[in-house]
Amino acid sequence: MLIGNYKESYAADEALFRTATSRVWLALLGVAAAVFPFLAGDYLLYLANLMGVLAIAALGLNILTGFTGQISLGHAAFMGVGAYTTAVLAARLGLPFWVAMPAGGASACLAGMVFGVPSLRIKGLYLAIATVAAQVILEWVFANWNAVTGGIRGINVPPARVLGVALDTDLRIYFLVQSLAALHAWAAANLFRTRVGRAFIAVRDRDISAELMGVNLFRTKILSFMISSYYAGIAGGLWVYFTKVVTPENFPLSLSIQFLAMVIVGGLGSIKGTLFGTVFVTLVPELLKAATEATRSVFPDAMSYLAPMKDVIFGAMIVAFLIFEPHGLAEMWNRTKRFFALWPFKK
Amino acid sequence: MELFVQLMVSGVVTGGIYALIAMGFVIIYKATGVINFATGELMMLGAFFCWTAMTAARAPFAVALVVAIVAAGALGAAVERVVLRPLLGKRTISVIMVTIGLSAIFKGVAEILWSGEYRSFPPIFPRAPVVLGSVILPSRQAYPFLIAVAAIALVGLGFRFTRTGTAMRATAGDQATAFGMGIDIRRVFSLSWSLAAVTAAVSGVVIGAIGGISPQLGAVGLRILPVVILGGLDSIGGALLGGVIMGILENLAGGYLDPLMEGGGVKEVAPFVALVGILMIRPWGLFGSREIERL
Repeated sequence: MLIGNYKESYAADEALFRTATSRVWLALLGVAAAVFPFLAGDYLLYLANLMGVLAIAALGLNILTGFTGQISLGHAAFMGVGAYTTAVLAARLGLPFWVAMPAGGASACLAGMVFGVPSLRIKGLYLAIATVAAQVILEWVFANWNAVTGGIRGINVPPARVLGVALDTDLRIYFLVQSLAALHAWAAANLFRTRVGRAFIAVRDRDISAELMGVNLFRTKILSFMISSYYAGIAGGLWVYFTKVVTPENFPLSLSIQFLAMVIVGGLGSIKGTLFGTVFVTLVPELLKAATEATRSVFPDAMSYLAPMKDVIFGAMIVAFLIFEPHGLAEMWNRTKRFFALWPFKK
Repeated sequence: MELFVQLMVSGVVTGGIYALIAMGFVIIYKATGVINFATGELMMLGAFFCWTAMTAARAPFAVALVVAIVAAGALGAAVERVVLRPLLGKRTISVIMVTIGLSAIFKGVAEILWSGEYRSFPPIFPRAPVVLGSVILPSRQAYPFLIAVAAIALVGLGFRFTRTGTAMRATAGDQATAFGMGIDIRRVFSLSWSLAAVTAAVSGVVIGAIGGISPQLGAVGLRILPVVILGGLDSIGGALLGGVIMGILENLAGGYLDPLMEGGGVKEVAPFVALVGILMIRPWGLFGSREIERL
C-alpha cells in the first residue's frame, strides 16, 4: 500500500506516472538515456539502437498478442513490409525519412489489415498457423518481386537527415531511435486507458462476452492487427535507416519467434514488461558470446558451439519462463518492488 | 502429358511422406489439443538416432530403425511429462510457444552433438528403380513411400483395433467422459506424445534416406502445416488425403509455375497460399470436426 499519495484533481489521478517517486525515477532514466551515448562505446551504442528498434516492434506484438489475445507468428514479415516501403520511398524516390517512415508504417498497417481478416473466423492455433502463412508468403514476395524489392540483393538506403544533419553514425541515429521508442511506448501505455484499448482487453479475456457487451469483434480485432502492424512497420523503417540496407533475409520466421519470446519473457499484456523482455532477449546471446570469448583460454573450441548454444539457451529461456514465471519479468519486477515498498518494516 | 504424369506420381510419393509427418501433428492434437511445432525437430532427432546407430554401431537398418523408434518414443514421453504437463489447460500462446522453444533446444542440441554438417545415410534400399507401367520410380522414392504407407496403416489399425487405441480415441472424443469410464488420461497424453515422436522419427529416417540429414532438416515440419489444416487437425484420414493433395499441388506448382517465375520458389509458397484460402473458407479442413463454442 502506498502511503501519503493523495490526489486533489482528476488530472492527477489519471496521470500515467502517479507518484513523485516514479516521476523522479523516470526523469533519472531520461537523463541516463541522454548521457549514455557519450559515455558508451560503439558496441554498446549499437546494442542500444538495436534494442530501441526491436522494442517498437515488440510493443506492437504485445498490443496484438498480450492485450488482444491474437497470436501472430508473422510479425517480422510486417516489419519487412514497413522496411521495404521505407527503403523504396527513400532510395528510389528520395523522400525524406519523416515521409518514408510513416508511409512504411501505413503500408505495414494495410498488410496487417489484410492478414488480420482471417482472425474473425479463426482463432488460437488456427490463427497462429494463418500468420505463419503470412510470414512465408510475404518473405517469398520480398525475395522474388525483383522490380520493387531488388530480390536477394536488396536495397541500399541513404541515411536519414534531420535539419540537414545526416544520421549516418550510431551516435547520431541513437536519439531518433530512442525518442521514437519512448514515444511508441508512451502511446501504447495510453492506448489501454481508452475505449479502444479496453475493448482489446475485453476481446482477449472472452471474445463472445465482449461481443455481447457491444464490442464490435471484427472491427476491434482488425484494429488491433492494424495498430500492431503499424508499430512493426515503423520499426522496419527505423531498421532500414539503422542498417542502411534491407534484404529478404532480414525478416525471417525466427525473428517473429524472437519477438514472441520478448513478449513472453517480458510479460504478456505489460508495456514495461515488453521493454524488459526486449533488453533481456537481446542481451542474453551477447552475454553468452562475451562469456565464450572470456573463457577462450580454458575452452578453446567453445567458439564453434556458440551458435547452437544460443539456440539451446533461447529455447530453454522460453520454456523456463512459460513454466516457472508465466507473467514474465514484469511480474518479477513488481514482486521486487512490493518487497521494498515497506522494507525494512515488513518481511 | 509425360510431365504431368511424372509430376502426379512424384506428388503422390511426396504426399505419402507428408501424410506420415502430418500424422505426428494429428495424434498430438487429437489427444491434447496442442499443435506441436517441434514435430520437424523430432523428425530430425529420430533420423540422427537411426544414422548414429547405423554408422557408429554399424547396426543393420532394421535394428537401427528399432533403436530410433525406442529412443524417440522415450523422448516424446519425457517431453510430455516435463514440459507439456505443467502447461495443461494454459493459454494457447503458452502451449504454442513452449513447443517452439523445444524446437530451438532440439536443434541446438543436435548441432552440438552431431555438428551442423550435412550427412548422408549409408545405402539402405536396393538400387534398381521400380517400374510402374510407363512411369519409372527411382528406388529412393519408391521404398520411402512404401515405408510411409506401411507406418500410416499400422498406426491407423492400432487406433482402430487395440485397447490402447480405443482409449486414445475415447479421450479425443470426450475427455471428461473417458476419464469417468476409467481411462487414464495422463497415460493417454504421454502415449500420444510417444507415438507422435515415433511417427516423426520414422518420417525423419525416410526423408533422411532420400536426401541426407542435417540439424536443419526440422524446417520441413513447417511445410506440413498446410497439410494438417487441409485434412483437418483431428483427422488421420484427413492427414492422409491432405498429404497427397498437397504433395500433388506442390509438384504441379513447382513443375508448371516455377519456370515462369524469375526467382522460383513457387513450390514452397503455393501450399501456404492454399492454406490461407482453406482457413478463410473452411478452417476445420476436409474431415476435421467443427468447433462449436458455448458460453
